[in-house]
Amino acid sequence: MTDTSWVIKGARPLGAGPADITITDGTITAIGDGAGQRGAQAIDAAGLIALPGLVDLHTHLREPGREDAETIETGTLAAALGGFTAVHAMANTDPVADTAGVTEQIWRLGRAAGHCDVQPVGAVTVGLGGSRLAEFGAMAESAARVRVFSDDGSCVADAVLMRRALEYVKAFDGVIAQHAQEPRLTEGAQMNEGAASGRLGLAGWPAVAEEAIIARDCLLAAHVGSALHICHVSTAGSVEIIRWAKSKGWRVTAEATPHHLLLTDDLVASYDPVYKVNPPLRTAADVAALREGLADGTIDCVATDHAPHPVEAKETEWAVAAFGMTGLETALCVVQEAMVDTGLLSWAEVADRMSARPAAIGRLSGQGEPLAPGSPANLVLYDPAASSAVDPAGHASRSRNSPFAGRTLPGQVVATFLRGRATVLDGKPA
Amino acid sequence: MARAAHPAGGQSGTGGDGVTARGPGGQGGTPAPGPEANPKTVLEAAEIHRALTRIAHEIIERTRGAEQVVLLGIPTRGVPLAGRLAAKITEVEGRPVPYGSLDITMYRDDLRLRPARGLGPTKVPAEGIEGKTVVLIDDVLYSGRTVRAALDALNDLGRPLAVQLAVLVDRGHRELPIRADYVGKNLPTSPQEVVRVLLTETDGEDAVLLEAVGDTARPRRGGVTGRKR
Amino acid sequence: MNRHLISAADLSKRDALLVLDTAEELARVADRPIKKLPTLRGRTVVNLFFEDSTRTRISFEAAAKRLSADVINFAVKGSSVAKGESLKDTALTLEAMGADAVVVRHSASGAPHRLAGWVRGSVINAGDGWHEHPTQALLDAFTIRGRFGRGSGEALDGLRVTIVGDVLHSRVARSNVWLLHLLGAEVALVAPPTLLPIAIDDWPCSVSYDLDAALPKSDVVMMLRIQQERMNAAYFPSVREYSRRYGLDTARLRQLPDEAIVMHPGPMNRGVEIAAEVADSPRSTIVEQVANGVSVRMAVLYLLLGGLEAAQ
Repeated sequence: MTDTSWVIKGARPLGAGPADITITDGTITAIGDGAGQRGAQAIDAAGLIALPGLVDLHTHLREPGREDAETIETGTLAAALGGFTAVHAMANTDPVADTAGVTEQIWRLGRAAGHCDVQPVGAVTVGLGGSRLAEFGAMAESAARVRVFSDDGSCVADAVLMRRALEYVKAFDGVIAQHAQEPRLTEGAQMNEGAASGRLGLAGWPAVAEEAIIARDCLLAAHVGSALHICHVSTAGSVEIIRWAKSKGWRVTAEATPHHLLLTDDLVASYDPVYKVNPPLRTAADVAALREGLADGTIDCVATDHAPHPVEAKETEWAVAAFGMTGLETALCVVQEAMVDTGLLSWAEVADRMSARPAAIGRLSGQGEPLAPGSPANLVLYDPAASSAVDPAGHASRSRNSPFAGRTLPGQVVATFLRGRATVLDGKPA
Repeated sequence: MARAAHPAGGQSGTGGDGVTARGPGGQGGTPAPGPEANPKTVLEAAEIHRALTRIAHEIIERTRGAEQVVLLGIPTRGVPLAGRLAAKITEVEGRPVPYGSLDITMYRDDLRLRPARGLGPTKVPAEGIEGKTVVLIDDVLYSGRTVRAALDALNDLGRPLAVQLAVLVDRGHRELPIRADYVGKNLPTSPQEVVRVLLTETDGEDAVLLEAVGDTARPRRGGVTGRKR
Repeated sequence: MNRHLISAADLSKRDALLVLDTAEELARVADRPIKKLPTLRGRTVVNLFFEDSTRTRISFEAAAKRLSADVINFAVKGSSVAKGESLKDTALTLEAMGADAVVVRHSASGAPHRLAGWVRGSVINAGDGWHEHPTQALLDAFTIRGRFGRGSGEALDGLRVTIVGDVLHSRVARSNVWLLHLLGAEVALVAPPTLLPIAIDDWPCSVSYDLDAALPKSDVVMMLRIQQERMNAAYFPSVREYSRRYGLDTARLRQLPDEAIVMHPGPMNRGVEIAAEVADSPRSTIVEQVANGVSVRMAVLYLLLGGLEAAQ
């Protein structure tokens, strides 16, 4: 008997009719009738949806440097509890992940923790300074096999630098993930620029600051024939631009966060910094456009942009509070509320947007594979009928800055398997 | 101005305002037979007028012609009473008597027991109160705390020669060593009763009513209950 | 009334009139030999001023002292806050001192909201960032009411108020738009397009870029202070151009209806948004606004702290 062999009885793969999923030595061997499998542990999964293990294209694990907010151990545990079997760790650590050395360190720490695969993202510029390209090649060839590069947290605003980066990564099938934020238009900005910011007296963050960069970079990517990924799309205008770029056959992909699929800028009226995030919460019209974009595939995937912050960084007046929200442990529940329960996405499409496509964009092998015999057994069992009030004090993440605190969300992750080994059982770390 | 509604007492056909139990104001209606009417009229309009006339004469007499007298009514109903007394004194003496109002809300000793309330008007005549005989006017004298507050308020306005007190009704149950110099009617009451003074200027008619309200907590002043000041 | 006064937008018309009527009565205290009432004896009012502001702080201090409250002034310079103490820790310190009311001025919009979650006393917003300055709007409304002979219980119906200047960054403008509209006034905003918030169409006022067109139709002109730093951030090309297009000089003063008044929350930039002669003219209410500020703040302190709970 190994701990990577299971018979999962009566699960609903991708929301379809009940079937038994048989896992042998970390690989899915059968979907159908699993009676008679010897040496395997059995799980009663009646009523549970089975999805391929979720892949997050955008997470902040904070280690090295900000271990007061999160460590790779706590962050990947949070990911597993959210149903993720792989996360892309953004490069804005301290030191910045702009060398083979730091990216390998992060990769090794991920393997040691063992809760999910950690794929490091490399910085685009040295120190995220926006002036000199980082050593993409070295990072790509390191043990970390970096393929996604991003200065996330900052925008690669210099047009020439962005052009060079887009061109350079073609050599090893890399992709630049842009954090679209025109810096001069957003100096001192605190929340979405609109009716709410006018009333609340907070400096506005105009949608055009995001849209102008996206438009520019789509055109650049087309011009040099490279792949471009847009991080955390937040406005209706951005969705329209990406739809247009894709219609031209350009290699543009995009992600949206769960919070941008559900929350609007009216919430800022309480001045509670738990709602402060970059890019900011936008209007109901933007939320609707993002949902439509995710449904029709203009937005390729959901990525959490999990951004943990220590209590003192959020328990202040709005202007000095840190930007960011946690999201790993609530992602699937929020997507259920925003997209599945509203009829916009089926569970099969959720699997596509939260597992297959992010793995493809991240060029990750062994993740995001279909729930079929022969695939590595990366999967999550999810109970869509459960519901609970979100209590950040009970989260595995070290940080408590969830905008859903106190809110009742549908669904619950029951079990997560990483290559057949259970990382989460019965909703708790295995 | 409509008077505050009061619950009909145990009397038939009173439809909520007790008219049949009391009879129209000013005509001395006899109480209907049966259990005592509630509320009961203890002063009709004519009796109020007579009482005020008498008080006006008493003031003139005791202040030797009301020469250096200032009348200050305590809002709400002390104010129209002060106006009426000033008019009567002027009628008799042929000389105008300065009068005004003195709101005592800010000096009350029971502020913390209830939500903060709005203020009444304080209008001190131009002549001021220095060296004058101030006659405070109020509708009902009960615990004496209102008058105590008025004395403190006066103290911050200046130094009168003397302070006197005129009230339409003295209902007893003093909690402080305070007494009235001029009283319209002495009315023995129990703490379970409420004295309601109605004046034309504020309530559309003149009457003093006595109403039993049962075991309610002792009201803090003898005016109309249920009205916030 | 809510136990806090953080935003004029939260006041009901009844609350606003109660404050004005109460201020009307309390204004008389200033004329007495003993300028004191015993009402808030034993209460502690803390002035928590993170931004320098002598005039507003003194106004609140005078108001609290006239009601016999104890006043503690907590100015930021040289304090633990200057050394990096957080807003929360400052709040907890105030709690420990037993503050019944905290009057707070802060450069960050929303700071009073946060404070209200950490202290048991009443929070009175003396200006938070660009957001609101409710007691300023109340004293402005009080001043207008007085100048136009409206009495107790009366509002500002039919009066046309024009607010001129940097609306985008002005907490005085925001509070005044909500409050004056609530009290029945017709409010107009005049500013260059760069100094108006986006999406201002939902605000209960009209908007224009043309000062000269607005003046003959104004009963009240309220000038806002323009900060020189805004020129450096390209909100307008030069102080000279701003003053020429949006400044209230003597020529413009003559375009106003005869009974119109000129207001300014202070401090003024004489010669920029308002000419010296205009500021000193009898139409100007600038000096009485200061006196009215004390009366209005006395009313607010009394209504929030004088009773068992805030006035109902």
